[in-house]
Amino acid sequence: MARGQLSAVELTRSCLDRIDTFDSRLHSFITVDEEGAMAAAAAADTKRDLGDEGKLLGIPLSIKDLICTEAMATTCGSKMLANFIAPYDAAVVENIRAAGGIMVGKTTMDEFAMGSSSETCCFGAPANPYNTDFVPGGSSGGSAVSVAAAEALGSLGSDTGGSIRQPAALCGVVGMKPTYGRVSRYGLVAFGSSLDQIGPITRDVTDCALMLAVVAGYDRRDSTSVNRPVEDYPAALRKGMDTLRIGVPREFFQEGIDLEVEGVVRGGIDMLSDAGATVVEVTLPHIKYGVAAYYLIASAEASSNLARYDGVAYGFRAPADELLAMYKDTRTQGFGEEVKRRILIGTYALSSGYYDAYYKKASQIRTLIIEDFKAAFCDCDVLVSPVSPTPAWRIGAKTDDPLAMYLSDIFTLSTNLAGLPGISVPGGFSGDGLPIGIQLQAPHFHESVLLRAAYNLELQTELANHLPSL
Amino acid sequence: MEFETVIGLEVHAQLRTATKIFCGCATTFGAPPNTNTCPVCLGLPGSLPVLNKMAVEYGIKVALAANATVNPLSQFARKNYFYPDLPKGYQTSQYDRPLVEHGRIDITVDNEVKTIGITRMHLEEDAGKLIHDEREPRSFVDLNRAGTPLLEIVSEPDLRSPAEAVDYLRKLHTMLRYLDVCDGNMQEGSFRCDANISLRPFGAAEFGVRTELKNMNSFRHVQAALEYEQRRQRDILLEGGTVIQQTMLWNPDKGITEPMRGKEDAHDYRYFPCPDLLEVQVDDSWVNTVRHTLPELPEARRNRFVDSYGLPPYDAALLTEARELADYFEQATATGAPAKKVANWVMTELLREVTAPALIADGAVSPEHLGTLVLLIEDGTISGKIGKSVFTEMISSGKDPRTIITEKGFSQISDEDELLKLVREIITASPDQVAQFKAGKSKVMGYFIGRLMQKTKGSANPKLANQLFTRELSAR
Repeated sequence: MARGQLSAVELTRSCLDRIDTFDSRLHSFITVDEEGAMAAAAAADTKRDLGDEGKLLGIPLSIKDLICTEAMATTCGSKMLANFIAPYDAAVVENIRAAGGIMVGKTTMDEFAMGSSSETCCFGAPANPYNTDFVPGGSSGGSAVSVAAAEALGSLGSDTGGSIRQPAALCGVVGMKPTYGRVSRYGLVAFGSSLDQIGPITRDVTDCALMLAVVAGYDRRDSTSVNRPVEDYPAALRKGMDTLRIGVPREFFQEGIDLEVEGVVRGGIDMLSDAGATVVEVTLPHIKYGVAAYYLIASAEASSNLARYDGVAYGFRAPADELLAMYKDTRTQGFGEEVKRRILIGTYALSSGYYDAYYKKASQIRTLIIEDFKAAFCDCDVLVSPVSPTPAWRIGAKTDDPLAMYLSDIFTLSTNLAGLPGISVPGGFSGDGLPIGIQLQAPHFHESVLLRAAYNLELQTELANHLPSL
Repeated sequence: MEFETVIGLEVHAQLRTATKIFCGCATTFGAPPNTNTCPVCLGLPGSLPVLNKMAVEYGIKVALAANATVNPLSQFARKNYFYPDLPKGYQTSQYDRPLVEHGRIDITVDNEVKTIGITRMHLEEDAGKLIHDEREPRSFVDLNRAGTPLLEIVSEPDLRSPAEAVDYLRKLHTMLRYLDVCDGNMQEGSFRCDANISLRPFGAAEFGVRTELKNMNSFRHVQAALEYEQRRQRDILLEGGTVIQQTMLWNPDKGITEPMRGKEDAHDYRYFPCPDLLEVQVDDSWVNTVRHTLPELPEARRNRFVDSYGLPPYDAALLTEARELADYFEQATATGAPAKKVANWVMTELLREVTAPALIADGAVSPEHLGTLVLLIEDGTISGKIGKSVFTEMISSGKDPRTIITEKGFSQISDEDELLKLVREIITASPDQVAQFKAGKSKVMGYFIGRLMQKTKGSANPKLANQLFTRELSAR
């Protein structure tokens, strides 16, 4: 585009054409803003003619449908907010606009980001572009699918327990959850406020670094965002692996992990080692309590965060004769099963008499897990592990087994409990041709190191920009 | 059996910050519904709170004034419950880690000082308001008030009578107004009081079962509600019954307390630390900076009024009850007028005209004018009696007393008593002229007037002088 060989209008048109062609099967979008996207593309071309060199100028992107946008509805994949249009743009949307990015639409997701397969979306679930009988992962499934299928060149997702990294892994793209506080949550519809973080899903690590550089930074509207300079992430990629120590957590390679997944991850470790990194084994002794602690904390916060959907001021309202009936009917009809399950778990965990045994105990475990990671990072710079214990599974296979679904987040959710940055990089394929990802994690605010390791891994796997045959 | 009453008060004081506690919306009262709102105080999806530093600072002020401890680290928590005036489905408040703890306020009981403990003070956001349309089954929600900062001030159960409770409440009210952190308006709800009250046999170590009283919008209502509830509980206990722990609403029309909700409906608020806000850090240097901004507090001011102005303790106490009144007194005294005289004028004349001390500053009579009036009486320009007429004129016109005296001719001696004294002296000293007058020589009146004008340096009111001489001479 900088050389004038491709215009933003052409590029955006091609993405919109792919959406037209494939999205009836992939269903990665809840809303597509063709008119807005084409207008923005034309404006981007004009800007480039005038010398604008915005970092994302003219690049078509998709946005997960729980990031507030003034121009399009923000449904969170829920009947509750089916017609909700936010009166303001999220901080990251402002950043994307300021950098010249073009928003083609809002992507399919598990309802209120609660799920690992995107099947709880009440507007229809997306399909894996490598095999449409399989799930794309979740909750940012639509975002990962849209990028894997090149319906958009990048996407913003959100990650509360793996919701960026896991669908990225299952769809063969790059997905990153930044350090908690690195990207403003202002305008991100809250699920688990102490865990949520917005991050990029892209076709390669370089794009990921570029998008992160655009959305990262302090925002005074988010009290938990951290006032710390944003590093030059794209520049950080080019450094080699010579000085890096790669930690392999013993606990992440035990029973329950699919052998094909283990093979791909072990292969990735060898590649990093070949690239010059030192490999050490580390231990995270409390990680086995992570799933329990995570589902208590995330659900507790969710039970409170979702209390505002009461039918009073906005969103879905079930007609009723009196107040209590309105609340009950609105929430019974407006929320799906998984959301209600988590609200119940969370309400229970915070209840008088149970708080100490559940929420408080979970918070204590969280502290122990943070300490585990701190100790592990004394011996290494980056941790390597699987993203998901298995490749993508068949649509419907786990929908009646919530516990099996929860366990699919086993390798990702501790990153959120500890507030660390983590990234999923395509590592290979299963025998069925389904993508398998490799997860890297780094200490707080070490995104540069994380991206550098990911980039070096990508150079070895040669899986950047892989396109599924559709 | 004799019972001891045990009362603890919970006060919610709206803090007078310019903006709300977690967003930049104005806190002004009386704006059209839902206009002082934004995504944050409307609780829209994706919005996040940012703590208003001034609200914390006001909390620190109150803590210092009440000899309380400001916790270096405190935390906001979510209090979860559903109500249409609560847009997020939870109130952001403080729970197990409040901003302030361990304070005290002194009250006076039968001329003895008694210290009332303050358990804690914490910051929280106010809810909106519901407006019910009585003609049809419909309610409206106004969220202008949602997010207004509140300081909840919880006393220890140290109060032993409704009178003590009201005295504590007044002291607290005065203190908050001195600090200028709360406007104290109980009708508009910017200073709200709930009370916990229980009875126990004298000498018992355990507290009795308590009830919580709500809906008391004035000091008078607090007193009346507590007295009623005290009687109600005593009657129950004397009949061998048991008091039910419940929330009671004061019904001012009927003059009784009525149950609001029973214990079986008790809410489980599911408090937990608010993940959207960081811990509140208050270091010593911040506390010390705030300490230097503290105004003189009522007790200190009262003592100073006695020591430096020589006022009787009663006057000092009355004048320092409201900051505006004390300010007024001091400004009036600054004219050089004697303090005790100014105090008398303020307490009798001024307070008769202006019933609410808060309105004194807006009144027609400026403190400078009142001071001037007192000075004019002191130097004999006018008598005290004329002074009152001048004061009445000052109230209605707002004019300077000197202007009023000139316009109305008050500078002439129009004081009947004063002139009468002189008239009688002159008559006694002039037997010949009196005899002439009696003989029908009315022109001799000129002589009397001349003498009077000489004595008063021409300032006697001639019309009045004429009347007085005529009357006195005729009576001879």
